[in-house]
Amino acid sequence: MYPHFVSEKSFRLTVETFCKSLSMKEKVERIESFSYLPIEGNVNLKDPDVTFYLLEYFGQDSNNIPEQPYELFFGRWVADGQRSLIQKLSLKTRHFLGNTSMDAQLSLLMANQAKIVPGSLVYDPFVGSGSLLVSAAQFGGYVSGADIDFLMIHGKSRPVRPNQKVREKGESIKSNMQQYNLSSKYVGVLVADFARPLWRPDVRFDAILTDPPYGVREATFKVGSWRGPDIKPIAEKHLPHHIPAKVDYDLQELMRDLLDFAANHLCMGGRLVFWLPICREEYDEEKSLPKHKCLRLIYNCEQVLSCHSSRLLLCMEKVKEPVTKEKTPPAELTSTTRFRHRYFGGKEQKE
Amino acid sequence: MKLLTHNMLSSRCIKGVSVGYPLKISAKNVRLVNCDFDTDFTVRIIQKLDWNALWEAAESVGHADDIPKNLSDIDDYDKNDEFLRKVHHVVLEVEVIEGELECPETGRKFPIEDGVPNMLLNEDEV
Repeated sequence: MYPHFVSEKSFRLTVETFCKSLSMKEKVERIESFSYLPIEGNVNLKDPDVTFYLLEYFGQDSNNIPEQPYELFFGRWVADGQRSLIQKLSLKTRHFLGNTSMDAQLSLLMANQAKIVPGSLVYDPFVGSGSLLVSAAQFGGYVSGADIDFLMIHGKSRPVRPNQKVREKGESIKSNMQQYNLSSKYVGVLVADFARPLWRPDVRFDAILTDPPYGVREATFKVGSWRGPDIKPIAEKHLPHHIPAKVDYDLQELMRDLLDFAANHLCMGGRLVFWLPICREEYDEEKSLPKHKCLRLIYNCEQVLSCHSSRLLLCMEKVKEPVTKEKTPPAELTSTTRFRHRYFGGKEQKE
Repeated sequence: MKLLTHNMLSSRCIKGVSVGYPLKISAKNVRLVNCDFDTDFTVRIIQKLDWNALWEAAESVGHADDIPKNLSDIDDYDKNDEFLRKVHHVVLEVEVIEGELECPETGRKFPIEDGVPNMLLNEDEV
Protein backbone atom coordinates (compact mmCIF):
# COMPACT_ATOMS: atom_id res chain seq x y z
CA MET A 1 0.00 0.00 0.00
CA TYR A 2 2.91 2.37 0.76
CA PRO A 3 3.71 3.21 -2.88
CA HIS A 4 0.26 4.77 -3.06
CA PHE A 5 0.73 7.01 -0.01
CA VAL A 6 3.39 9.15 -1.69
CA SER A 7 2.93 12.88 -1.88
CA GLU A 8 2.75 12.86 -5.68
CA LYS A 9 -0.49 10.88 -5.61
CA SER A 10 -3.75 12.59 -4.80
CA PHE A 11 -6.27 10.38 -3.01
CA ARG A 12 -9.82 9.93 -1.85
CA LEU A 13 -11.30 7.61 0.75
CA THR A 14 -14.79 6.26 0.12
CA VAL A 15 -17.01 4.45 2.60
CA GLU A 16 -19.53 1.87 1.42
CA THR A 17 -21.84 -0.30 3.44
CA PHE A 18 -23.72 -3.49 2.70
CA CYS A 19 -27.17 -3.86 4.15
CA LYS A 20 -27.13 -0.65 6.15
CA SER A 21 -27.36 3.04 5.37
CA LEU A 22 -25.00 5.48 6.98
CA SER A 23 -25.57 9.22 7.14
CA MET A 24 -23.01 11.55 5.61
CA LYS A 25 -21.87 12.50 9.11
CA GLU A 26 -21.27 8.86 10.04
CA LYS A 27 -19.30 8.30 6.85
CA VAL A 28 -17.13 11.35 7.46
CA GLU A 29 -16.45 10.13 11.01
CA ARG A 30 -15.15 6.88 9.64
CA ILE A 31 -13.03 8.59 7.01
CA GLU A 32 -11.44 10.79 9.65
CA SER A 33 -10.67 7.80 11.83
CA PHE A 34 -8.05 6.90 9.22
CA SER A 35 -6.07 10.06 9.76
CA TYR A 36 -3.36 8.01 11.43
CA LEU A 37 -2.38 6.55 8.06
CA PRO A 38 0.88 8.01 6.73
CA ILE A 39 -0.72 9.23 3.51
CA GLU A 40 1.29 12.13 2.17
CA GLY A 41 -0.72 13.02 -0.92
CA ASN A 42 -3.42 15.65 -1.15
CA VAL A 43 -7.11 14.95 -1.04
CA ASN A 44 -8.89 15.12 -4.38
CA LEU A 45 -12.56 14.23 -4.21
CA LYS A 46 -13.27 14.60 -7.92
CA ASP A 47 -10.48 12.87 -9.76
CA PRO A 48 -7.92 11.30 -7.45
CA ASP A 49 -4.95 9.18 -8.53
CA VAL A 50 -5.84 6.61 -5.90
CA THR A 51 -9.11 5.68 -4.26
CA PHE A 52 -9.19 3.79 -0.99
CA TYR A 53 -12.33 1.99 0.07
CA LEU A 54 -13.66 1.14 3.48
CA LEU A 55 -16.34 -1.54 3.13
CA GLU A 56 -18.56 -2.42 6.08
CA TYR A 57 -20.52 -5.65 5.88
CA PHE A 58 -23.69 -5.90 7.96
CA GLY A 59 -24.92 -9.27 6.71
CA GLN A 60 -27.64 -10.09 4.23
CA ASP A 61 -30.78 -9.95 6.34
CA SER A 62 -32.29 -6.48 6.07
CA ASN A 63 -34.68 -7.29 8.92
CA ASN A 64 -31.86 -7.97 11.35
CA ILE A 65 -29.20 -5.33 10.91
CA PRO A 66 -26.56 -5.44 13.66
CA GLU A 67 -25.18 -2.37 15.42
CA GLN A 68 -21.63 -3.20 14.46
CA PRO A 69 -20.56 -4.63 11.12
CA TYR A 70 -19.69 -8.32 10.96
CA GLU A 71 -16.67 -7.61 8.80
CA LEU A 72 -14.58 -4.70 7.63
CA PHE A 73 -12.58 -4.46 4.43
CA PHE A 74 -10.04 -1.83 3.53
CA GLY A 75 -8.23 -1.62 0.23
CA ARG A 76 -7.31 0.24 -2.87
CA TRP A 77 -9.76 0.44 -5.79
CA VAL A 78 -8.49 -1.50 -8.81
CA ALA A 79 -11.52 -1.92 -11.08
CA ASP A 80 -15.32 -1.85 -11.05
CA GLY A 81 -17.45 -4.90 -11.67
CA GLN A 82 -20.33 -4.58 -14.08
CA ARG A 83 -23.31 -5.20 -11.83
CA SER A 84 -24.96 -2.13 -13.28
CA LEU A 85 -25.45 -4.10 -16.50
CA ILE A 86 -28.13 -6.14 -14.76
CA GLN A 87 -30.22 -2.99 -14.51
CA LYS A 88 -29.21 -1.65 -17.90
CA LEU A 89 -30.21 -4.84 -19.73
CA SER A 90 -33.24 -5.58 -17.58
CA LEU A 91 -36.08 -7.41 -19.32
CA LYS A 92 -38.51 -4.87 -17.87
CA THR A 93 -37.37 -2.38 -20.49
CA ARG A 94 -36.39 -4.84 -23.24
CA HIS A 95 -37.92 -3.97 -26.58
CA PHE A 96 -38.70 -7.49 -27.84
CA LEU A 97 -39.53 -10.27 -25.37
CA GLY A 98 -40.49 -13.89 -25.74
CA ASN A 99 -42.09 -16.37 -23.39
CA THR A 100 -38.76 -17.69 -22.18
CA SER A 101 -36.38 -14.74 -22.52
CA MET A 102 -33.47 -15.24 -20.13
CA ASP A 103 -33.23 -12.57 -17.43
CA ALA A 104 -30.32 -10.17 -17.63
CA GLN A 105 -28.41 -11.45 -14.61
CA LEU A 106 -28.43 -15.07 -15.74
CA SER A 107 -27.61 -14.25 -19.33
CA LEU A 108 -24.65 -12.12 -18.20
CA LEU A 109 -23.45 -14.99 -15.98
CA MET A 110 -23.66 -17.31 -18.95
CA ALA A 111 -21.66 -14.92 -21.13
CA ASN A 112 -19.06 -14.74 -18.36
CA GLN A 113 -18.83 -18.51 -18.04
CA ALA A 114 -18.40 -18.77 -21.79
CA LYS A 115 -15.40 -16.42 -21.48
CA ILE A 116 -16.72 -14.12 -24.17
CA VAL A 117 -14.28 -11.34 -24.97
CA PRO A 118 -14.29 -8.60 -27.60
CA GLY A 119 -14.10 -10.29 -30.99
CA SER A 120 -15.52 -13.68 -29.93
CA LEU A 121 -17.75 -15.34 -32.52
CA VAL A 122 -20.82 -16.50 -30.61
CA TYR A 123 -23.77 -18.68 -31.65
CA ASP A 124 -27.11 -19.60 -30.09
CA PRO A 125 -28.90 -22.46 -31.88
CA PHE A 126 -32.15 -21.88 -29.93
CA VAL A 127 -32.03 -18.12 -30.06
CA GLY A 128 -35.71 -17.29 -29.34
CA SER A 129 -35.89 -13.56 -28.62
CA GLY A 130 -32.10 -13.18 -28.56
CA SER A 131 -31.67 -12.48 -24.84
CA LEU A 132 -28.41 -14.43 -24.71
CA LEU A 133 -27.09 -12.62 -27.77
CA VAL A 134 -27.58 -9.29 -25.99
CA SER A 135 -25.22 -10.19 -23.11
CA ALA A 136 -22.73 -11.84 -25.40
CA ALA A 137 -22.65 -8.70 -27.54
CA GLN A 138 -22.37 -6.54 -24.42
CA PHE A 139 -19.06 -8.31 -23.71
CA GLY A 140 -17.90 -7.67 -27.26
CA GLY A 141 -18.96 -10.89 -28.97
CA TYR A 142 -20.14 -10.98 -32.58
CA VAL A 143 -23.42 -12.82 -32.29
CA SER A 144 -25.62 -14.99 -34.45
CA GLY A 145 -28.40 -17.43 -33.79
CA ALA A 146 -31.08 -19.66 -35.24
CA ASP A 147 -34.52 -20.88 -34.22
CA ILE A 148 -37.13 -23.19 -35.74
CA ASP A 149 -39.85 -20.71 -34.79
CA PHE A 150 -40.39 -18.51 -37.85
CA LEU A 151 -42.76 -16.12 -36.10
CA MET A 152 -40.39 -15.56 -33.18
CA ILE A 153 -37.43 -14.86 -35.47
CA HIS A 154 -39.49 -12.36 -37.43
CA GLY A 155 -40.81 -10.69 -34.29
CA LYS A 156 -44.36 -11.70 -35.08
CA SER A 157 -45.01 -14.12 -32.22
CA ARG A 158 -47.78 -13.32 -29.78
CA PRO A 159 -46.77 -10.59 -27.29
CA VAL A 160 -46.03 -11.81 -23.76
CA ARG A 161 -46.34 -8.63 -21.73
CA PRO A 162 -49.69 -8.70 -19.88
CA ASN A 163 -50.87 -5.31 -21.13
CA GLN A 164 -49.61 -5.68 -24.69
CA LYS A 165 -52.24 -6.82 -27.18
CA VAL A 166 -50.26 -6.52 -30.39
CA ARG A 167 -46.57 -6.46 -31.31
CA GLU A 168 -45.22 -3.03 -32.13
CA LYS A 169 -43.82 -2.65 -35.59
CA GLY A 170 -40.14 -3.44 -35.71
CA GLU A 171 -39.93 -5.65 -32.63
CA SER A 172 -37.25 -8.23 -33.26
CA ILE A 173 -33.92 -9.55 -32.07
CA LYS A 174 -32.30 -6.89 -34.22
CA SER A 175 -34.26 -4.14 -32.47
CA ASN A 176 -33.03 -5.45 -29.11
CA MET A 177 -29.47 -5.09 -30.32
CA GLN A 178 -30.23 -1.56 -31.50
CA GLN A 179 -31.78 -0.70 -28.14
CA TYR A 180 -28.41 -1.15 -26.42
CA ASN A 181 -26.23 0.18 -29.25
CA LEU A 182 -24.93 -3.28 -29.99
CA SER A 183 -25.92 -3.41 -33.67
CA SER A 184 -22.31 -3.56 -34.79
CA LYS A 185 -21.99 -6.89 -33.06
CA TYR A 186 -25.08 -8.40 -34.66
CA VAL A 187 -24.19 -10.87 -37.39
CA GLY A 188 -27.70 -12.18 -37.97
CA VAL A 189 -30.25 -14.88 -37.33
CA LEU A 190 -31.85 -17.65 -39.38
CA VAL A 191 -34.91 -19.83 -39.29
CA ALA A 192 -33.50 -23.35 -39.02
CA ASP A 193 -34.09 -26.76 -37.47
CA PHE A 194 -31.30 -27.67 -35.05
CA ALA A 195 -31.81 -31.36 -35.80
CA ARG A 196 -30.43 -30.79 -39.33
CA PRO A 197 -26.84 -29.82 -40.25
CA LEU A 198 -26.55 -26.22 -41.32
CA TRP A 199 -22.99 -24.92 -41.33
CA ARG A 200 -19.90 -25.61 -43.41
CA PRO A 201 -18.12 -28.42 -41.49
CA ASP A 202 -15.05 -26.28 -40.75
CA VAL A 203 -17.04 -23.39 -39.21
CA ARG A 204 -15.75 -22.67 -35.70
CA PHE A 205 -17.40 -20.57 -33.01
CA ASP A 206 -15.59 -19.27 -29.94
CA ALA A 207 -18.62 -19.85 -27.77
CA ILE A 208 -22.05 -21.47 -27.93
CA LEU A 209 -24.54 -20.03 -25.50
CA THR A 210 -28.00 -21.50 -25.38
CA ASP A 211 -31.15 -22.35 -23.48
CA PRO A 212 -32.71 -25.28 -25.34
CA PRO A 213 -36.46 -25.91 -25.04
CA TYR A 214 -37.33 -28.25 -22.16
CA GLY A 215 -40.67 -29.29 -23.59
CA VAL A 216 -42.53 -27.36 -20.91
CA ARG A 217 -43.21 -23.76 -21.91
CA GLU A 218 -42.08 -24.30 -25.45
CA ALA A 219 -42.41 -27.58 -27.31
CA THR A 220 -39.38 -29.55 -28.39
CA PHE A 221 -39.79 -30.40 -32.03
CA LYS A 222 -38.07 -30.77 -35.36
CA VAL A 223 -39.32 -30.95 -38.92
CA GLY A 224 -40.94 -34.28 -39.78
CA SER A 225 -44.25 -36.03 -40.24
CA TRP A 226 -46.11 -38.40 -37.91
CA ARG A 227 -46.46 -40.53 -40.99
CA GLY A 228 -42.74 -41.36 -40.77
CA PRO A 229 -39.68 -40.52 -42.85
CA ASP A 230 -40.83 -41.87 -46.22
CA ILE A 231 -43.86 -39.89 -47.22
CA LYS A 232 -45.32 -38.64 -50.46
CA PRO A 233 -43.79 -35.39 -51.72
CA ILE A 234 -45.86 -32.28 -51.13
CA ALA A 235 -47.73 -31.13 -54.23
CA GLU A 236 -46.05 -28.29 -56.12
CA LYS A 237 -49.04 -26.00 -55.79
CA HIS A 238 -48.88 -26.16 -51.98
CA LEU A 239 -45.17 -25.49 -51.67
CA PRO A 240 -44.96 -21.68 -51.48
CA HIS A 241 -47.23 -21.45 -48.45
CA HIS A 242 -46.48 -24.76 -46.83
CA ILE A 243 -45.52 -24.63 -43.19
CA PRO A 244 -43.42 -27.72 -42.39
CA ALA A 245 -45.03 -30.25 -40.06
CA LYS A 246 -43.18 -31.01 -36.87
CA VAL A 247 -42.59 -34.11 -34.72
CA ASP A 248 -41.39 -34.48 -31.17
CA TYR A 249 -37.66 -33.92 -30.65
CA ASP A 250 -36.72 -36.07 -27.73
CA LEU A 251 -34.88 -34.04 -25.08
CA GLN A 252 -32.11 -36.60 -24.73
CA GLU A 253 -31.61 -36.72 -28.47
CA LEU A 254 -31.51 -32.92 -28.46
CA MET A 255 -28.82 -32.92 -25.75
CA ARG A 256 -26.81 -35.47 -27.68
CA ASP A 257 -27.09 -33.30 -30.80
CA LEU A 258 -26.09 -30.21 -28.84
CA LEU A 259 -22.92 -31.79 -27.49
CA ASP A 260 -22.05 -33.22 -30.91
CA PHE A 261 -22.61 -29.81 -32.45
CA ALA A 262 -20.38 -28.15 -29.86
CA ALA A 263 -17.64 -30.76 -30.29
CA ASN A 264 -17.67 -30.16 -34.04
CA HIS A 265 -18.16 -26.41 -34.21
CA LEU A 266 -16.31 -24.95 -31.24
CA CYS A 267 -12.72 -23.72 -31.44
CA MET A 268 -10.37 -25.72 -29.26
CA GLY A 269 -10.81 -24.33 -25.76
CA GLY A 270 -14.13 -22.80 -26.73
CA ARG A 271 -17.08 -23.11 -24.37
CA LEU A 272 -20.60 -24.44 -24.51
CA VAL A 273 -22.88 -22.97 -21.83
CA PHE A 274 -26.42 -24.29 -21.61
CA TRP A 275 -29.29 -25.26 -19.32
CA LEU A 276 -30.38 -28.82 -18.59
CA PRO A 277 -33.71 -29.46 -16.85
CA ILE A 278 -33.71 -32.21 -14.21
CA CYS A 279 -36.05 -33.94 -11.79
CA ARG A 280 -34.40 -33.33 -8.44
CA GLU A 281 -35.33 -36.69 -6.94
CA GLU A 282 -33.62 -38.63 -9.67
CA TYR A 283 -30.57 -36.46 -10.14
CA ASP A 284 -27.27 -38.29 -10.01
CA GLU A 285 -24.10 -36.50 -11.00
CA GLU A 286 -22.72 -39.53 -12.78
CA LYS A 287 -25.82 -40.60 -14.64
CA SER A 288 -27.80 -37.44 -15.24
CA LEU A 289 -25.33 -35.27 -17.11
CA PRO A 290 -24.79 -35.49 -20.86
CA LYS A 291 -21.20 -36.34 -21.73
CA HIS A 292 -18.96 -36.14 -24.76
CA LYS A 293 -15.39 -37.40 -25.25
CA CYS A 294 -14.33 -34.06 -26.68
CA LEU A 295 -15.92 -31.83 -24.03
CA ARG A 296 -14.93 -31.39 -20.41
CA LEU A 297 -17.39 -30.25 -17.75
CA ILE A 298 -16.17 -27.04 -16.12
CA TYR A 299 -19.14 -25.84 -14.04
CA ASN A 300 -22.45 -27.27 -12.90
CA CYS A 301 -24.76 -24.80 -11.12
CA GLU A 302 -28.28 -25.57 -10.00
CA GLN A 303 -31.26 -23.26 -10.11
CA VAL A 304 -34.19 -24.72 -8.23
CA LEU A 305 -37.46 -24.23 -10.09
CA SER A 306 -39.91 -26.10 -7.87
CA CYS A 307 -39.92 -28.79 -5.21
CA HIS A 308 -39.42 -31.45 -7.83
CA SER A 309 -37.55 -29.79 -10.67
CA SER A 310 -34.43 -27.73 -11.25
CA ARG A 311 -32.35 -26.65 -14.12
CA LEU A 312 -28.59 -26.97 -14.24
CA LEU A 313 -26.38 -24.37 -15.84
CA LEU A 314 -23.66 -26.46 -17.43
CA CYS A 315 -20.41 -25.12 -18.83
CA MET A 316 -18.31 -27.40 -21.00
CA GLU A 317 -15.03 -26.78 -22.75
CA LYS A 318 -13.80 -28.37 -25.95
CA VAL A 319 -10.59 -30.27 -25.25
CA LYS A 320 -10.34 -32.56 -28.26
CA GLU A 321 -11.22 -32.56 -31.97
CA PRO A 322 -13.79 -35.24 -32.82
CA VAL A 323 -12.26 -38.06 -34.83
CA THR A 324 -15.27 -39.76 -36.24
CA LYS A 325 -18.18 -38.14 -38.06
CA GLU A 326 -20.56 -40.69 -36.59
CA LYS A 327 -23.20 -39.50 -34.18
CA THR A 328 -22.87 -40.89 -30.68
CA PRO A 329 -26.06 -42.65 -29.62
CA PRO A 330 -28.06 -40.52 -27.14
CA ALA A 331 -27.24 -41.52 -23.58
CA GLU A 332 -30.08 -42.51 -21.31
CA LEU A 333 -29.92 -39.58 -18.93
CA THR A 334 -31.67 -40.34 -15.68
CA SER A 335 -33.74 -37.43 -14.38
CA THR A 336 -34.13 -35.92 -17.86
CA THR A 337 -36.24 -38.81 -19.18
CA ARG A 338 -39.71 -37.59 -19.88
CA PHE A 339 -38.95 -34.36 -18.05
CA ARG A 340 -42.01 -32.74 -19.47
CA HIS A 341 -44.20 -35.61 -18.35
CA ARG A 342 -42.90 -35.46 -14.83
CA TYR A 343 -42.92 -31.68 -14.65
CA PHE A 344 -46.64 -31.60 -15.27
CA GLY A 345 -47.25 -34.81 -13.34
CA GLY A 346 -45.86 -33.48 -10.08
CA LYS A 347 -43.71 -35.43 -7.67
CA GLU A 348 -46.48 -37.80 -6.65
CA GLN A 349 -46.39 -39.54 -9.99
CA LYS A 350 -44.30 -42.70 -9.94
CA GLU A 351 -43.42 -44.87 -12.94
CA MET B 1 -28.44 -11.75 -44.27
CA LYS B 2 -24.85 -10.56 -44.13
CA LEU B 3 -22.24 -12.12 -46.37
CA LEU B 4 -20.41 -13.38 -43.28
CA THR B 5 -23.41 -15.59 -42.49
CA HIS B 6 -23.67 -16.69 -46.10
CA ASN B 7 -20.01 -17.67 -46.09
CA MET B 8 -20.60 -20.16 -43.29
CA LEU B 9 -23.93 -21.56 -44.49
CA SER B 10 -24.50 -24.83 -46.36
CA SER B 11 -27.45 -26.87 -47.60
CA ARG B 12 -26.32 -30.07 -45.89
CA CYS B 13 -29.74 -30.30 -44.28
CA ILE B 14 -31.07 -31.72 -47.56
CA LYS B 15 -31.15 -35.50 -47.80
CA GLY B 16 -28.46 -36.73 -50.15
CA VAL B 17 -26.41 -33.54 -50.27
CA SER B 18 -22.74 -34.14 -49.47
CA VAL B 19 -21.21 -30.66 -49.54
CA GLY B 20 -23.98 -28.17 -50.29
CA TYR B 21 -21.59 -25.23 -50.44
CA PRO B 22 -21.45 -22.44 -51.40
CA LEU B 23 -25.07 -21.45 -51.75
CA LYS B 24 -25.85 -19.30 -54.79
CA ILE B 25 -27.37 -15.91 -53.94
CA SER B 26 -30.04 -14.28 -56.06
CA ALA B 27 -30.80 -11.00 -54.38
CA LYS B 28 -33.89 -8.91 -55.07
CA ASN B 29 -33.14 -6.29 -52.46
CA VAL B 30 -29.73 -5.45 -50.99
CA ARG B 31 -29.13 -2.84 -48.31
CA LEU B 32 -25.99 -1.21 -46.93
CA VAL B 33 -25.67 -0.68 -43.19
CA ASN B 34 -23.07 0.89 -40.93
CA CYS B 35 -21.08 -1.34 -38.63
CA ASP B 36 -18.15 -0.27 -36.46
CA PHE B 37 -14.83 -1.46 -37.85
CA ASP B 38 -12.59 -3.60 -35.66
CA THR B 39 -9.12 -4.47 -36.95
CA ASP B 40 -8.53 -7.54 -34.79
CA PHE B 41 -11.91 -9.07 -35.51
CA THR B 42 -11.53 -8.50 -39.25
CA VAL B 43 -8.07 -10.13 -39.31
CA ARG B 44 -9.41 -13.14 -37.37
CA ILE B 45 -12.49 -13.50 -39.48
CA ILE B 46 -10.49 -13.54 -42.74
CA GLN B 47 -8.85 -16.73 -41.47
CA LYS B 48 -12.28 -18.32 -41.10
CA LEU B 49 -13.60 -17.28 -44.50
CA ASP B 50 -13.74 -19.32 -47.67
CA TRP B 51 -12.35 -16.53 -49.85
CA ASN B 52 -13.64 -17.84 -53.20
CA ALA B 53 -17.13 -18.18 -51.85
CA LEU B 54 -16.90 -14.68 -50.42
CA TRP B 55 -15.81 -13.16 -53.74
CA GLU B 56 -18.57 -14.99 -55.65
CA ALA B 57 -21.13 -13.86 -53.12
CA ALA B 58 -19.85 -10.28 -53.32
CA GLU B 59 -20.11 -10.44 -57.08
CA SER B 60 -23.69 -11.70 -56.98
CA VAL B 61 -24.70 -8.65 -54.97
CA GLY B 62 -22.68 -6.16 -57.00
CA HIS B 63 -19.70 -5.73 -54.67
CA ALA B 64 -17.04 -7.71 -56.55
CA ASP B 65 -14.90 -4.61 -56.96
CA ASP B 66 -14.51 -4.11 -53.23
CA ILE B 67 -12.27 -7.11 -52.72
CA PRO B 68 -9.65 -8.93 -54.84
CA LYS B 69 -10.57 -12.26 -56.38
CA ASN B 70 -7.59 -13.91 -54.70
CA LEU B 71 -6.52 -13.27 -51.14
CA SER B 72 -2.93 -14.01 -52.15
CA ASP B 73 -2.95 -10.83 -54.27
CA ILE B 74 -2.58 -8.84 -51.06
CA ASP B 75 0.74 -9.00 -49.19
CA ASP B 76 0.63 -8.81 -45.40
CA TYR B 77 -3.12 -8.31 -45.46
CA ASP B 78 -3.25 -8.16 -41.67
CA LYS B 79 -1.37 -4.86 -41.79
CA ASN B 80 -3.20 -3.37 -44.75
CA ASP B 81 -5.80 -1.08 -43.19
CA GLU B 82 -7.48 -0.12 -46.46
CA PHE B 83 -7.90 -3.76 -47.44
CA LEU B 84 -9.21 -4.74 -44.01
CA ARG B 85 -11.81 -1.99 -44.09
CA LYS B 86 -13.02 -3.19 -47.49
CA VAL B 87 -13.32 -6.73 -46.17
CA HIS B 88 -15.22 -5.44 -43.15
CA HIS B 89 -17.56 -3.60 -45.49
CA VAL B 90 -18.31 -6.61 -47.67
CA VAL B 91 -18.64 -9.07 -44.83
CA LEU B 92 -20.68 -7.05 -42.32
CA GLU B 93 -22.15 -4.02 -44.08
CA VAL B 94 -23.82 -5.57 -47.12
CA GLU B 95 -27.16 -7.17 -46.29
CA VAL B 96 -29.43 -9.19 -48.54
CA ILE B 97 -32.95 -8.25 -47.45
CA GLU B 98 -35.02 -10.16 -50.00
CA GLY B 99 -33.82 -12.96 -52.23
CA GLU B 100 -33.05 -16.64 -52.45
CA LEU B 101 -30.25 -19.05 -51.64
CA GLU B 102 -29.84 -22.00 -54.00
CA CYS B 103 -28.32 -25.36 -53.16
CA PRO B 104 -25.51 -26.05 -55.66
CA GLU B 105 -26.28 -29.80 -55.73
CA THR B 106 -30.06 -29.97 -55.88
CA GLY B 107 -31.15 -26.52 -56.98
CA ARG B 108 -33.49 -26.32 -53.98
CA LYS B 109 -34.17 -22.70 -53.10
CA PHE B 110 -34.29 -21.20 -49.62
CA PRO B 111 -36.03 -17.82 -49.32
CA ILE B 112 -34.57 -14.77 -47.59
CA GLU B 113 -37.29 -12.58 -46.12
CA ASP B 114 -36.66 -9.37 -44.19
CA GLY B 115 -32.97 -10.20 -44.04
CA VAL B 116 -33.54 -13.66 -42.57
CA PRO B 117 -32.85 -16.87 -44.51
CA ASN B 118 -35.39 -19.65 -43.96
CA MET B 119 -33.48 -22.93 -44.00
CA LEU B 120 -36.43 -25.13 -43.00
CA LEU B 121 -37.12 -28.10 -45.22
CA ASN B 122 -40.56 -29.53 -45.73
CA GLU B 123 -41.34 -32.80 -43.99
CA ASP B 124 -41.10 -34.69 -47.26
CA GLU B 125 -37.47 -33.66 -47.73
CA VAL B 126 -35.99 -34.91 -44.44
